Amino acid sequence: MPFFTLLFLGALVPLDNLGHYVHWHFIDISVANLIVIGLMVLVFCVALFAKFPGRSSRDEAEKK
Amino acid sequence: MSSTEIERQWTTRVRKNVVRALPPDKLLPDTQPTYVSSWIYVFGVLTMASLGVVIATGCVLAIFGPQWWHVSTLGHFINSMHLWSVEFFFFTMIVHLWGKYFMAAWRGGRQLIWMTGVVTFLASIAAGFTGYVSQTNFDSQWIATQAKDGINATGAGAFFNVLNFGQMLMWHIVLLPITVGIITALHVLMVRKKGVVPPFDDSPVTEDSSDGVTA
Repeated sequence: MPFFTLLFLGALVPLDNLGHYVHWHFIDISVANLIVIGLMVLVFCVALFAKFPGRSSRDEAEKK
Repeated sequence: MSSTEIERQWTTRVRKNVVRALPPDKLLPDTQPTYVSSWIYVFGVLTMASLGVVIATGCVLAIFGPQWWHVSTLGHFINSMHLWSVEFFFFTMIVHLWGKYFMAAWRGGRQLIWMTGVVTFLASIAAGFTGYVSQTNFDSQWIATQAKDGINATGAGAFFNVLNFGQMLMWHIVLLPITVGIITALHVLMVRKKGVVPPFDDSPVTEDSSDGVTA
């Protein structure tokens, strides 16, 4: 199979092994799901604080 | 036909009510308030864009069928696009939900907008689940056999049999997409009618603020 086809079809992590899980009291969650939740929290924080393009010019126009 | 008779026709009355509720400049506005210039307001439209990809790739999968999506390269690609657009759909919908929750987006008579969002979220979970059991592979068989006890414990197993592939596929490609599509359309139309919820500081005192929050 060509290299680029393999590159795009290949998984980033080995998928033939058992999944990894985090156990904490009654909480039992896979590492993959935990990473996705972490990414959602990160994206949420970035969305709150990152500057939106054109926002400052609109604020200035509104002040005038 | 007299003008009185024309006025009494149901088509006339529906048209007038629709135009009164959603005039064209409200339905397709040119501008939005300044406070909408924030990344947190982008996630609603990202959710809808991913829903569009989910439906489009789902239609392609429906045209060619399981023998195609399991064995051909293009079939694998479209199948993967269907999966990853669903992942992106849920990802952006959750961030949208968090954003709207902390804005208390049900203010100013927007309770129905919030509730239609809740129902869409629940219907989407059901659509995702029925999709998992409709893959026609060992994964879907495993998920269905594991889920049946949980579903039966709720009592829903009497009419919602996860081991019945035909029933699950019909829920996945007919009933749930129609539900999600219609409620999403209502959700967006209501946002157009009421306007995007303002931040707490800018929230105007309105008479239809039935929740009493005037900020």
